[in-house]
Amino acid sequence: MLEIKNLHARIAEDGTEILRGVNLSVKPGEMTAIMGPNGSGKSTLSYVLAGREDYEVTEGDILFNGESILEMDPAERAAAGLFLAFQYPMEIPGVATMEFLKVAMNAQRKARGLDELKIPELMKRVRAAADELDMDMSMLKRPLNVGFSGGEKKRAEILQMKLLEPALCVLDETDSGLDIDALKIVSDGVNALRSPDRSVVVITHYQRLLDYIVPDSVHVLYKGRVIKSGEKELAQELEKNGYAGLVGEAA
Amino acid sequence: MNVQTQIKRTAAEDALIEAFAERGTSLPGSASVAEKRNQAARLLEQGLPSRKVEAWHYTDLRRLLSSVPAFDPTATASQKEPLIAGSTVLPVLNGVAGAVKAPEGFALSSVADKLADGSLAPLLGPVDKDDTVSAINSAFAADGFALDIPAGARLDIPVELQNVQAGGQVHTRFAARVGEGANATVIERQMGDADALVSSVSHLEVGDGADVLWLIVQDQPEGASHLGQINVRIGKNAKLTLFVMNIGAKLTRQEVRVVAEGEGSEFRLRGVNLLSGQTHCDVTMILDHAAPATASTEILRNVVTDKAEGVFQGQIRVARDAQKTDAKMSCNTLLLSDEGSFSAKPELEIFADDVACGHGATVTEIEQDHLFYLMARGIDEKTARGLLVKAFVAEVIEELENEAVVEALEARLDAWFAEHG
Ligand SMILES: Nc1ncnc2c1ncn2[C@@H]1O[C@H](COP(=O)(O)OP(=O)(O)OP(=O)(O)O)[C@@H](O)[C@H]1O
Ligand SMILES: [Mg+2]
Repeated sequence: MLEIKNLHARIAEDGTEILRGVNLSVKPGEMTAIMGPNGSGKSTLSYVLAGREDYEVTEGDILFNGESILEMDPAERAAAGLFLAFQYPMEIPGVATMEFLKVAMNAQRKARGLDELKIPELMKRVRAAADELDMDMSMLKRPLNVGFSGGEKKRAEILQMKLLEPALCVLDETDSGLDIDALKIVSDGVNALRSPDRSVVVITHYQRLLDYIVPDSVHVLYKGRVIKSGEKELAQELEKNGYAGLVGEAA
Repeated sequence: MNVQTQIKRTAAEDALIEAFAERGTSLPGSASVAEKRNQAARLLEQGLPSRKVEAWHYTDLRRLLSSVPAFDPTATASQKEPLIAGSTVLPVLNGVAGAVKAPEGFALSSVADKLADGSLAPLLGPVDKDDTVSAINSAFAADGFALDIPAGARLDIPVELQNVQAGGQVHTRFAARVGEGANATVIERQMGDADALVSSVSHLEVGDGADVLWLIVQDQPEGASHLGQINVRIGKNAKLTLFVMNIGAKLTRQEVRVVAEGEGSEFRLRGVNLLSGQTHCDVTMILDHAAPATASTEILRNVVTDKAEGVFQGQIRVARDAQKTDAKMSCNTLLLSDEGSFSAKPELEIFADDVACGHGATVTEIEQDHLFYLMARGIDEKTARGLLVKAFVAEVIEELENEAVVEALEARLDAWFAEHG
């Protein structure tokens, strides 16, 4: 599904290198967790996957379903099935959430050769997805993410993910800022999306999320490199001992 | 010898003077109208204002009005579909008021008749030496419509003043009186098919307690020059929302002259300027808070692309006894190209001491983070930009609270963006 090969990326503006040779692969249906200390480059990796222009890939490649996506813009990557749930979803004044969902869903359907959804069908799907996430429809009348609480923003990201049905979901700290009930609801939402041909990458600091979303593999990112990979036990070990030991090994 | 006569006249100045010499005496009007026309012509003889004239500093009319086409009596314009379906359309076709049956709910007369009987004379003429727009219009205006909306009337159907040009020169006049406590929506549409010179001057009197929404939608073809002016008096506890949308023309000067005359009156100016190509568009407002407890807000949203340039001059004058005046002015520009520009010149002249006045102007570009977020959801770049541009201006449109108006304006905005985004 996803293959990241010796990926180097730097901040376009000042040339600071953030990713220094990331290698990672995710199989179809696989649930992968990425952990690592603050500032190690996890969000940067997610942005580079999504195609954010603030970063420049200087070396290596990203293959999605066997093809390089480096030349694709963010919209093309999304249409190909990649979805990033942002660590800090942006507030976009003036763009009504419902209108945005309509445009996004139909843009992706069009790119995938499907018919546009008519308003009633679209509303039905949105309502059903919002219900499952225990979200109030009245929120969707507001401008996108504007004034949403931290937890509401995270739910809104998952709502979009459910509606857009991506093949690869990247969740950047979707668990932080969620209360315990919301964490359960969101995790159920992610688990419901699991299927043999859909992969999920969760970036998290906490074992708590991984109790709900049990990963098949765990990778530790440090200073822009994957320094350790393992199975779900690796996360438990980190929870107990922190990164100190690992970082020492890597240094 | 004064300085002006030493400067060589421009082709446009010559053309205006010659046109008046040719047509001046054959235009409709009583003796008092003729006197006003001559007065206007005398101002034109002094030449068009250049950037050295403060009121025209950002719009050097002498340079920008590079040519003036001759009148074209053979050109014929046809009535267009109204902006809002079902409106009462009052067409002025290449300067001539069309025949319409008496509308329901208000009295209507043609400006030609009101020039002939002299009753329109007081509205003609430049009010001062900077009033070139009214001078050009007063010299030549021959027709238009005058509306009289009786006290207490509630016009549920919008009235569309449709000024359609087909080329040459077109000079149109509108006048509207809205009676005490009456309610009306009026749409002034400025459009056409040719590279004409158009001037259109309106007078609006909003009676005590009346509530009026007046829209000026200037959608001229790219090669036209448009000089617009609206003069307003607002009565006691009356409310006017003036919405100005400029889209086309290579040169636009839209003047808004408002006197908040009655205590407790309220004025809202909302503007959307969609500027593309090499257009130069100037919205100039002079607002007098002349009575106590008057309120005004002015919000302009400009989208500028290509090499377009925009100007907003907002002058607010608060008279000595206009205590408790509340005025807020803001002008925000979204620049879509490096070569476009927008100049904002706020000017507050406050003679009262107990007032709250503020202003602000910003120029921004499309937020790259926002664009990324939308694109990351599969929305292609052009559509994503369109959503953000719409978001930028939508606020001032949606605030209009008239669903049909909002829909029509948003549709026009979408069409503009599809062509120029
Ligand atoms: N656009 C940018 N401009 C400047 N510095 C940046 C930028 N993007 C990332 N960085 C820096 O790169 C490093 C990695 O940041 P990143 O956000 O990827 O870390 P992270 O692993 O997601 O951390 P956290 O766990 O705190 O979310 C940090 O030092 C950060 O300050
Ligand atoms: Mg992060």
